[in-house]
Amino acid sequence: MIFEIRTETKKGWRLLSIPFVFSLLLLAAPLTMMFLLSFWTQDYLVLDKTFTLNNYIEAATQPVYQLLFQRSLIISLSVTFFTVLLAYPMAYFISFYGGERKALWLFLITIPFWTSYLLRMFLWKVILGYNGVFNSLLLWLEMITEPVTFILYNANAVVIALTHGWAPFAILPIFVSLEKIDRSLLEASRDLGDGPFHQFFRVILPLSAPGVVGAALIIFIPTVGDYITPKLVGGTDGLMIANMIQVQFSKANNAPLAAALSASSLMVVAFISIVFVLFNKKYLRRY
Amino acid sequence: MTRPSKYLKIFAYTYLVFLYAPALLLPIFSFNSSQIIAFPLTGFTLHWFETLLYQSTLHEALRNSLIVAVSSSILATILGILASRSATRYDFTGKQISLTFILAPLVLPEIIVGVALLIVLIQLGLSLNLWSVVLGHTLLIMPFSILIMNSAFNNLDISLEEASMDLGENQFGTFYRIILPLVFPGIMASLLIGFTLSLDEFIIAFFLTGTDTTLPVYIWAQFRFPKKLPTTMALGTLLLVTSFLLLSLSEYFRRRAVNSRSSVL
Repeated sequence: MIFEIRTETKKGWRLLSIPFVFSLLLLAAPLTMMFLLSFWTQDYLVLDKTFTLNNYIEAATQPVYQLLFQRSLIISLSVTFFTVLLAYPMAYFISFYGGERKALWLFLITIPFWTSYLLRMFLWKVILGYNGVFNSLLLWLEMITEPVTFILYNANAVVIALTHGWAPFAILPIFVSLEKIDRSLLEASRDLGDGPFHQFFRVILPLSAPGVVGAALIIFIPTVGDYITPKLVGGTDGLMIANMIQVQFSKANNAPLAAALSASSLMVVAFISIVFVLFNKKYLRRY
Repeated sequence: MTRPSKYLKIFAYTYLVFLYAPALLLPIFSFNSSQIIAFPLTGFTLHWFETLLYQSTLHEALRNSLIVAVSSSILATILGILASRSATRYDFTGKQISLTFILAPLVLPEIIVGVALLIVLIQLGLSLNLWSVVLGHTLLIMPFSILIMNSAFNNLDISLEEASMDLGENQFGTFYRIILPLVFPGIMASLLIGFTLSLDEFIIAFFLTGTDTTLPVYIWAQFRFPKKLPTTMALGTLLLVTSFLLLSLSEYFRRRAVNSRSSVL
C-alpha cells in the first residue's frame, strides 16, 4: 500500500516536474528577483545592493505615486462594478430565457472578443476621440452641434473601454453560476409567496454569488495593472500605475523603483482580493 | 418558463450592440476610402489592403510573430500535456499547490510578469530577442494548455490503458498508441488557442523583444501615425478574420476532445 502511494507520487512528480521547474525558473525566480531588486538602489547603471526600504517609502509617500495607485484602484474597481452590473442581466437573460439558443447567445457574445485586445482598445480611441466615430456620427445625425469631450482622454474613457474589454469575463462565470441554480427552488419560493422581487434578492442573487465573486476577481486583478488602455485612451489624466512602472523602467532608468511599484501593486491587489473573498464568505454563510 | 420582461430583452440586445461596436468598425473603415476614421463614409476602396503588401517592416514583424507563436504554442502544449497527464492520472502530495502555482499567470497582471522577466534577463546579462518572447509567451499560454488538456485527459477511460498494458504494450507504447491519439483533438485545440494568444499578445512582447518586433509591437508603433490609421484598420480586419478562423477550428477540436470518449466506446 505504502509502496503504491510512493510510486504514484513518483510517477506524478516525474511528469509534473518539468512544467513545474519551468514555472519556477520563469515565474518564481523572476518574482523573487523583482522583490530583491525593490530593496536595492540604482544610480544610473551602477546597482547598489545594500538593503533599503527607500523605494517603498518613495512609492508610498510621493504624491504622484499615491495619485496613480489611487486612480488605478478607482478605475479598476469602477470597471469591475460596471462590468458585473451590465453582465448580470445579460447572463440572467441567457440562462433563464435563452431556451434552445443559449449556446448561440454565448457564441455571439464571445465573437467580438476574438479581435486582439490591443486593437479593441485602440478602436475605443477611434470611437471616443474628438473627431472620432462617436462624435462624427452624432454631428452627422445632428444630435449635437459641438463634439462632446467628457469621454475623451480621461479616466472615463479608460473605464468605458475596459468595461467593454472585460465583458465576457463577467458574463460567462455569472452565466455558469445561474445555470447551476436548481429551478425547483424558484418554484418553491414562488409557492411560498415570494414575488419576483423577493425571489430575485432572496434566492437567485445569493445562489449566483459565487459567479459574481469569481467575475469580480477575474476582472479586478488584471485591470489594476493594465498598460494598454490608459496609454491609448487615458490621456494624462487617465494614466495608471502600469504606465509609471514602464516609464521608471525605460526612460527614468530606475529599475529598483519600478520593481518596488510592481511589488506594491501586487500586494495591494492581493490584499483587496483576500478581504473581498473573506467578506463574501462571511456574508454568504447566512444562506 | 415565463417570458422575459420587455426591458430585459431591450437591454440584452442593446448590450449586444455595445459589445459589437468596436469590432464592427474594423471592416467598415478598412474599406472606407477616406484617410480620416469618421462618419459619414466616403466610398469603397481596397487601397488600404493593397498598401499592406508593400510594407517590409510589417512582413518582418509577421514573420517574427509566426516564429514566436509556433514555438511558444508547441512548447506550452508539451508542458501542458505533461502537467495535466500528471494531474488527471495520479494522486499525490503537493499536486494541488504546484498546479495552482503553474496556473498563476492566468490571474497575474501581465505587466508584473513582464517586469519580473525583464529584470531577470537584464540581471543575468542575457540579450533580449525573439527567444525571450517565446519563453514569456510559453509561460502565459501554458495554463490555457493545461485547462484544455485536463478536459481531454479527464474523458479518457483508464481501462483502455490497462487493456493495452495487459496486451503487452509498455508504458511508452501505450502512451504513444492509445492515449495520444485519443487526446489528439485536445492537443490541436491547445496548439490553436496558444497560437492565437501568442499572436495577439502585446505586453510581454513589448517588454522582452529587443530589436525584432512582433506584430502587436509593430501595430503599437503604427498608432503614432494618424496617416497610417486606415492601413492599420485593414491589418486589424485581416487579424480578426484569422483569429475567427483559428478559434472556430480550435472550438471544433475542443468539442471533439470532449466527445472523444463517447465516440470511441
